[in-house]
Parts: sequence; C-alpha cells; structure tokens
Amino acid sequence: MSETLVPFDEVLEAYDPAMGLEVHVELNTASKMFCGCPTEFGAEPNTQVCPTCLGLPGAMPVVNRRAVESAIRIGLALNCEIAEWCRFARKNYFYPDMPKNFQTSQYDEPICFEGHMDVEVDGETFRVEIERAHMEEDTGKSLHVGGATGRIHGADHSLVDYNRAGIPLIEIVTKPILGAGAKAPEVARAYVAQLRDLIVALGVSDARMDQGSIRADVNLSLSPKGSGTLGTRTETKNVNSLRSVERAVRFEMSRHAAVLGRGEAILQETRHWHEDTGVTTSGREKSDAEDYRYFPEPDLVPVAPSREWVEELRATLPENPTARRARLQAAWGFSDLEMRDTVGAGALDVIEQTIAAGTSPQAARKWWLGELARRANEQGVDVPDLAVTPADVARVQALVDEGSLNDKLARQVFDGLLAGEGSPDEVVAARGLAIVSDEGALSAAVDAAIAAHPDVADKIRDGKVAAAGALIGAVMKEMRGQADAGRVRELILEKLQ
Amino acid sequence: MGDWLRSTAAELADALAAGETTSVEVTRAYLDRIAAVDPAVHAFLHVDADGALAQAAASDERRAAGTLLSPLDGVPIAVKDVLTTAGLPTTCGSRILEGWVPPYDATVVRRLREAGLPILGKTNMDEFAMGSSTEHSAYGPTHNPWDLDRIPGGSGGGSAAAVAAFEAPLAIGTDTGGSIRQPGAVTGTVGVKPTYGGVSRYGLVALANSLDQAGPVTRTVLDAALLHEVIGGHDPLDSTSIDQPLPALVEAARQGATGDLSGLRIGVVTELSATGGQGGWQSGVMSRFQESVDLLVEAGAEVVEVSCPTFVHALATYYLILPAEASSNLAKFDAMRYGLRVWPEEGASAEDVMRATRDAGFGDEVKRRIILGTYALSSGYYDAYYGQAQKVRTLIARDFDAAFEKADVLVSPTAPTTAFRLGEKLDDPIAMYLNDLATIPANLAGVPGISVPSGLADEDGLPTGFQVLAPALADDRLYRVGAALEAALTARWGGPLLDRAPALEGGAA
Amino acid sequence: MPEISRDEVAHLATLARIDLSDDELDHLAPQLSVILESVASITGVAGDDVAPTSHALPLTNVFREDVVTPCLTPEQALSGAPEVEEQRFSVPRILGEEQ
Repeated sequence: MSETLVPFDEVLEAYDPAMGLEVHVELNTASKMFCGCPTEFGAEPNTQVCPTCLGLPGAMPVVNRRAVESAIRIGLALNCEIAEWCRFARKNYFYPDMPKNFQTSQYDEPICFEGHMDVEVDGETFRVEIERAHMEEDTGKSLHVGGATGRIHGADHSLVDYNRAGIPLIEIVTKPILGAGAKAPEVARAYVAQLRDLIVALGVSDARMDQGSIRADVNLSLSPKGSGTLGTRTETKNVNSLRSVERAVRFEMSRHAAVLGRGEAILQETRHWHEDTGVTTSGREKSDAEDYRYFPEPDLVPVAPSREWVEELRATLPENPTARRARLQAAWGFSDLEMRDTVGAGALDVIEQTIAAGTSPQAARKWWLGELARRANEQGVDVPDLAVTPADVARVQALVDEGSLNDKLARQVFDGLLAGEGSPDEVVAARGLAIVSDEGALSAAVDAAIAAHPDVADKIRDGKVAAAGALIGAVMKEMRGQADAGRVRELILEKLQ
Repeated sequence: MGDWLRSTAAELADALAAGETTSVEVTRAYLDRIAAVDPAVHAFLHVDADGALAQAAASDERRAAGTLLSPLDGVPIAVKDVLTTAGLPTTCGSRILEGWVPPYDATVVRRLREAGLPILGKTNMDEFAMGSSTEHSAYGPTHNPWDLDRIPGGSGGGSAAAVAAFEAPLAIGTDTGGSIRQPGAVTGTVGVKPTYGGVSRYGLVALANSLDQAGPVTRTVLDAALLHEVIGGHDPLDSTSIDQPLPALVEAARQGATGDLSGLRIGVVTELSATGGQGGWQSGVMSRFQESVDLLVEAGAEVVEVSCPTFVHALATYYLILPAEASSNLAKFDAMRYGLRVWPEEGASAEDVMRATRDAGFGDEVKRRIILGTYALSSGYYDAYYGQAQKVRTLIARDFDAAFEKADVLVSPTAPTTAFRLGEKLDDPIAMYLNDLATIPANLAGVPGISVPSGLADEDGLPTGFQVLAPALADDRLYRVGAALEAALTARWGGPLLDRAPALEGGAA
Repeated sequence: MPEISRDEVAHLATLARIDLSDDELDHLAPQLSVILESVASITGVAGDDVAPTSHALPLTNVFREDVVTPCLTPEQALSGAPEVEEQRFSVPRILGEEQ
C-alpha cells in the first residue's frame, strides 16, 4: 500500500497548496449540549445517558445556555460576527454511533461567522480567515470486536457506548488558506496551536488533543503554480496532535503532487491519518450518496443573542494570547528564543506570577526552565503541575539574593519542597541549609585546604588564578556546601597573593 | 355498575367525592367493559389491568386521607400508544417497536400520574400516527363503535373508539393534521387540539414536530376542559412549550354551558365547506353543520362569512412538511438500540441490518411518507418543496390572523364525510388525505381547535362533527363555544348523541 | 413537477435505509408521482418576500442552565437493546468509516 510521493521541494516548484482546517472543540460544560447528562471523560460505558442523548423515541432537546455562551466567546476571540438570529439544523445520515441518525448541528445559519486569526511562523504573520464557528453535538464511541487490530475492518461486530453522544462541540472552519507555499505545514500547525492556546485562555475546553477534546480535520488541494484556481481537495480526518497536523499537510501535498504528476485526478474523499506510519489512507468517497438533507431542527427554537448579552460576554474575554506574549516579552526583555522556550514549556503563567512576586525575569526563567523543567521531565508532568508554586520560587530566589542561600542550596530547598516538607523557610530550617558566614570557620577551612593541596597553592601563587577552583571545591566540600563560594574565593586569593 | 360507564368524567369525580363509588370500582367497571367489547372494537393495544387497579386503590387511599392530587384523581384514562409510558409497552402501532417498554414517562403521562388518574392501557393508532382511519396499525384496525365495519377515524381511532364504546371515560390523543378531531367527528365524541406548545410534546413520539400536539379525547366538552387543565402548561423539557399559564378552560366550559353567546362573532370559513372548498362534502355533514350554526345564532352569536384563500394549499403544504420531518424522526428506528432487529443473512453488516429491519418493520404508508420526505429534503428539491411549504405556512397563518380580526372563532365541519368503510380508501392515499382537509390548517398555523358532535347524517345515520377554531392561546374560546353548542344540541336530542349508538355485542351498555 | 422514476425511488430508499423489494418499488413510484403532482400546486404560491414559518409561535432563546440532572441507569439505557455486551450496545459489523 506504499504510495509514490513527490519530494516536498519539488511539489512547490509546480504547485500552490490551499488548505482548509476544521477544528472540533469539545466544550467543558458540566452537562451535555441538549440534556442534563454529565460530560466526564472516562466514565463506565452508558452511565452518562438519558432518553434525549440516547435518542429514545419521544425525547426532546433543550439547549445548554453555557454552551451558547462558550460558542459566542470563541467567536468573539476569533474576531467573528455573532449572528443576531440563528437556528439549529438536522444533518441526516445513518451511523450506529449516532443515536438519532441525525446530528443536531448548524447549517446555513452559524452562530459565529467571518472572523480571522493572525498566525506567526518564523516571524512572519499569516492571516487565517475564519468562515464560521458553529454549535453541534458529539457522537457515541464504537469499539470494534473480533478483528485482529481493533479497527473497523475485519471486526465481526461493534460495541457502542453513548456517554460521549451529545457532548457540545464547536466546529471552527477556516476559509481556504492560500499563499502559505512552503510554510503551509507550519502554518497549519501554528494555527491549531494558537487556536488551542486561545481555547485554554478562554477556559471553555480541556483542550486535550490526546483525549480528543480538540480534533482537527485537514483539507488540502493543489493547483498549478500561479494559476489562482482551486484543485480538488481531500479531507484528512481526526488529526490528533500538533505534530501530526504539520505532517499530514506535508504528506498530502506530496501525495497529491504524485497523483497529479501521473496525470490522474484527485478523488474528492475523506482520508484517515495514521499516526504510527505517518501516512493517510483512503476513507469514504464523497459521492452524491452523501446528501445530508439539512433542515431546521423543529424541536428547538431560534437562538437570538441580544447585543447586550454579546457585549457582556465580550467583557469576559481574556487578553489575546498573541498580544499578551508580545507584551510580556517586551516587559521581561526575553529573546525570541527564550520566549519560545517559555511558551513551549507552558511556563508563561508561572513565570509571570513569579515575577509578580518580586523575582527578576531572568531568575524566574532560570529556575522554571532549568532546574524545575528538569524535575518536571523526570516526573513526567508539565512544569505548571509541579508541587512548587511561583511564590515558593520567588522566596527561594529572595534568599539567594540576600546571600542566605547559594544555587546549590537552593536546589536542595526544591528537593524539600517537592517532597512536601513545607514552605521554603521551613525546608531551610529543617534541613539546616543556611550559608555559614562565620569568617573564622571559613578562614580555618581555607587554611586547611591550602595546606592539603600545596601544589595547587603554588600554581595560584605563580598567577594561575584559574586553579583556585580546585581549592574552592575542597572548601565547599568541607563546609558541606553551606558556604558562599564567592567569599571563599576572595579568601583564597587574599591568602596566596 | 353500568351507570358509572355512562357517567361523564365530571360526574365520576363528583360521585367519587360524594363517596358514592370508589376509584377501584369505577376502574374495574371499565376494565370489565374493555374485556367484554374490545375484542370487537380493538381500541386497545395493551391493557394494564393490574397497574390501573393499583393506581385506583392508591387514589382511594388518598381520598380517605384527604390528600387528593387533582379534581380528576381516581378517574381512569386511556393513553394513545404514541406517548411513552415507563413500564408499559409503547409501540406507536408499529412492528418496529413491538414489545418496546420505555424507561421513561412522557410529560403528559407523568402529569396524569401526578394527578392521580389510573391508566387503563394504551390505545390503537395508525402506525406512527400516519393515517386517518387507524387501518395503518400494524396490529390490526380499530372498529367504529357506531358500525364495526367502518373506520373510527385516525390516527387516534383507538382513543376515540375507546371513549365512544364506554371503554374509558377519558383518553389522550395526538393531533398532527386532525388525528384527535377527525376521529372525534366520526365517533360522536369530543376532541381538542390545543394551541401548539400548550401541552408538552416531551415523550410524544414525533410524527411532525412542528405540527404535533397532544390533547383530550372525551365524551363532553367539560370533561375535555378538566383533562386539558391536567395535562397542559409549560414544560421545561419541551423547548417549544409555551411559558404562560393556561387560560381558565373549565370555567369557560361551564360558562358556555349556560348557553349565552351574545356578542360572540362566529366566522364561517368559505374554503372549509361544500360551497368554497375542495373535495367531496357529504350533504348530511353540511346540513348538520348548518343546523349547528343556526343554534349558535339562537344562542346570541353573530355569523360572518370569512375567506381564507390560501387554505386551498393547506393539504399540499401539509403533505410536504409532514413527510420531511417524519423521514428524519423515523431514522432513529434502525435496529441498533431498541426495537426490532432483522438479519437479512448471517454476518450481515449494520447497514444491511438497518435496511432489512426498516423494510420489515415499517408498513406501506410509513415507507411511502419516508420516501416522500426524503425526496422533499434532498438537495436540489429543498427550496422547491420543504422551503416553499414553510413559506405557504406563513400565508396560512396570515389568513388566520385576518379572519380572527373579523371573528372571535372560526367554524367548519370537522371532516367532509362520515365514517367510511374499512378498506375503502386503503390504497388511494390521496382520497385518504382529503379527510383532513378541514383540520390541517389549524396545525399549520398552530391555533387550537375542537370537534364537538353535531348529530347524525341523514343519509347514513353516522356521526358528524362541528369544528371550532380559535386564535393561538385562546383555547378557552373553544370550550365556551363548544359547551354552548353541546348544551343546545343535547337539549334538542333529549340526551347525549352516544345514547343513540347501537349496543355492542358482549356489552350491557 | 417531475415524474418520479423507479430508479429515483430506489436511490431515495438507499438514502432512507429501506430495503424495498422490486414489487414495492413498482408500486411506490407511480403512487409518489401522483402525490407529488397533487402537492405541486404550491409551487410559486409564496414569493421570495414571504418568510418561512418553522414554528407556529415565534419563541426564541429557550435554554436550560448548565446543570447535571440524573441519568438513566445502564440497565434502563440498555433495556431495549437487541443485544448487549460489556454494558454496551452490540451492533452488527460497521462497514463505512466514521463521519
């Protein structure tokens, strides 16, 4: 099943890519879109269902107000217009994981439309136009039994759990993204990444791509370079990581070019992304059989958000993540690389809070992206989830600044904090980590070290100051680290020069 | 014992209050009557004798304790099989739901239980309420108690026949294009379609969501008002439910029964009669209608002629909207989660099983309408059919608005003919559809309507119905005018019309 | 108004997932044509200036608060299922891919 591919660079010599991204965001409302069932992830099968989300005969939907508010807030954050009046529609198709055999969605009257998001790639800004963001409901989940792979093919039956059916989704659809050229894969990735950050900042979703709470579909087509036309597109479904978004675009560009290069036509179809092998495979052909027979949902009444309500919701929007990053970078004096590392580690918030507690930006960055990032990595958690607070870090750095701790001792304080031994001051006291500032004791330790290492002392007397390090190490070892290394160095040089 | 069968619900409530009988005695009398006559009438698909008696006993205990739930506490009722009942089968007259026992109650059913009405059982209907004769039930037709060879109307023929045959004092029906009112007309009973949104649709297995409405099926106008007040009112589980208190319906019925309609303007709709309408209007139906209009005038009402020109498009509009919505509603019957599952062959796919099950589980009329609705919603046809039909609805609503400026209520015969013979129109869908000519406009505009017995047609001696329509939310006018007409006619006949129905074999009544 | 052909009925039956027999197709096509002919009368009755009515009464913004309400038990949820396995609805093998 191996595909012939055209190398990426050659694709760009002959073709312009056009992309469209459809991102489904599962909202973190307490209850479902149209009923009061809970939305918790990972519950026992069919324990979070009622007549409505199970599609039992006679049951009816009622719209979750908070889901509408989340939709409007997402739309506003994407610079969209908010419809003054819109409806839900039925999208009719048969599938066993869809309880009613129609999905309650929005069709030609989305609640949000005509927006945009500016996406940055390598310092260049691409404006991604948003066509619409609309409300809909999720489907159940099927487990395929009897096949070797657990996949649909070869299974002899399937087991359906409807807990996920009816969980609110917002589908965000871009207009065709043109002109990205060689950067198309990166633009796609950056768009989804930025959208995810926005969703996190809005607090409307868990935004976990690995759990499927954000799912991306990638539409791609190629047209002859400079032609200004749009080619036949394929739709790659359920691309579930940022890395995969980029890879899927790259793969489809190479595959399309190969098909077109053979003089064949691109089949308008759904394709499936395979995370393990990094390829897409053919899914369902989009044919005339796909006639969704949309019509307005007669069991629901129109949603007509008043302008007052929209403005109330606008007032709850967080600062735009891009603008916020630019503001913080300028204020902190971080380089682009430092800022990228900060954002990449998810440490923006904790560093901001540490700085707010009085720490210098560079010191805050040093701890969170150095020692603490290493600890988080060891524990397999994200930096913000460590058992160390921004206030703790600020206190530790304050102790360093006043000379009570050095970096080595500070790391031991973090050991204590991570072990749950209390506040930084409690850890310092309990572990006896304060620096020894008794000049007499230090001087005696220095004299002892000089006596023990006469060859090193001679080198220093001869002007090889760099050799002092060995003596400092010996003194620090003797003092079990609880000495100010700078003062030790001064004492050594005083005595030998 | 027989007296209780012929008592109205209001009389039963009084007798229960006076201690002249008990709910258990009344309920048992009705269960006995069902056992005696239902083999011939076939109004019921399921009888819950044990459940009904237990609920009746509980009612009697409440009465003894002085903790009654409603004025109708203890008066038994039959429920159309299109409303879900926890623990009782709900089939909608379809094979595809044979044996399905819902895990929840429809709001209407919950309100009946909360008001203390013992539920006798579930009544027969055209499959998924598609029909005007109850012949499209997968479980066999219901027979008209006036003539067992004739149809009881539809789709709610079971509820109407149950009440007409004294198998229940009260019943619940549903009306999408006339399924409460037309059976009422052909069985000599009272049927009310409330304002759309006036009675919750939660748990009503949808035929056409934008048209469906549940309502009372009774022998008198007052009984309908009493029942309407039990089941009506806002329900947060139905987004289309009206969030306003019901008008005073019982009071309106009592006031109307005094016979004074002075100051009331009655509009006779030209398009809903033999003079200006489509279809074949039976002369006996028209003469009973005219007689009733004359009686209303005697009661002090003023008659005006009104024209609603777009009503001639109501039938076509209805037969585009209904199949479209129904085709989508009925998609859920797919053999995956409940109901029938047919394997066309071993190892068949889910899709094959769906196709085979839906072919085996749905009857001809249901398939006909699903295919028609699928067509009407298909890309390329949506604007021409469903879209256009929704616009014509607007015109029909405007005609109503204009007519209600000239008249307080509108009147017409409920159905163009009396009950026809079983089988007569079974393979002629268009002829069948014409039965609902006069009732459909109210569903399209959402306005309330009532059918009141207006006598027997001279040519065949079968019941005819008189329809009253009122503006949305003015359901009280139906009861005022209906009760006034009922009082005048009953006085003229010297008793209720149903007294003139033939005795049924097996029944003493 | 177009006549509805037997092939068209067959296509609609596929969309609607009904396995109509040849007899049923032969019977249905002419019946549907008659019905369509009779409903064709509404073509052009309402002009572009007429707004469609999808609800009999003009309600808007009917919402529920985001509050969890009791669910069915799994036993209730699965009570009508033709087949159950591992507390899930057991369904025949699925041919197509997910949407």
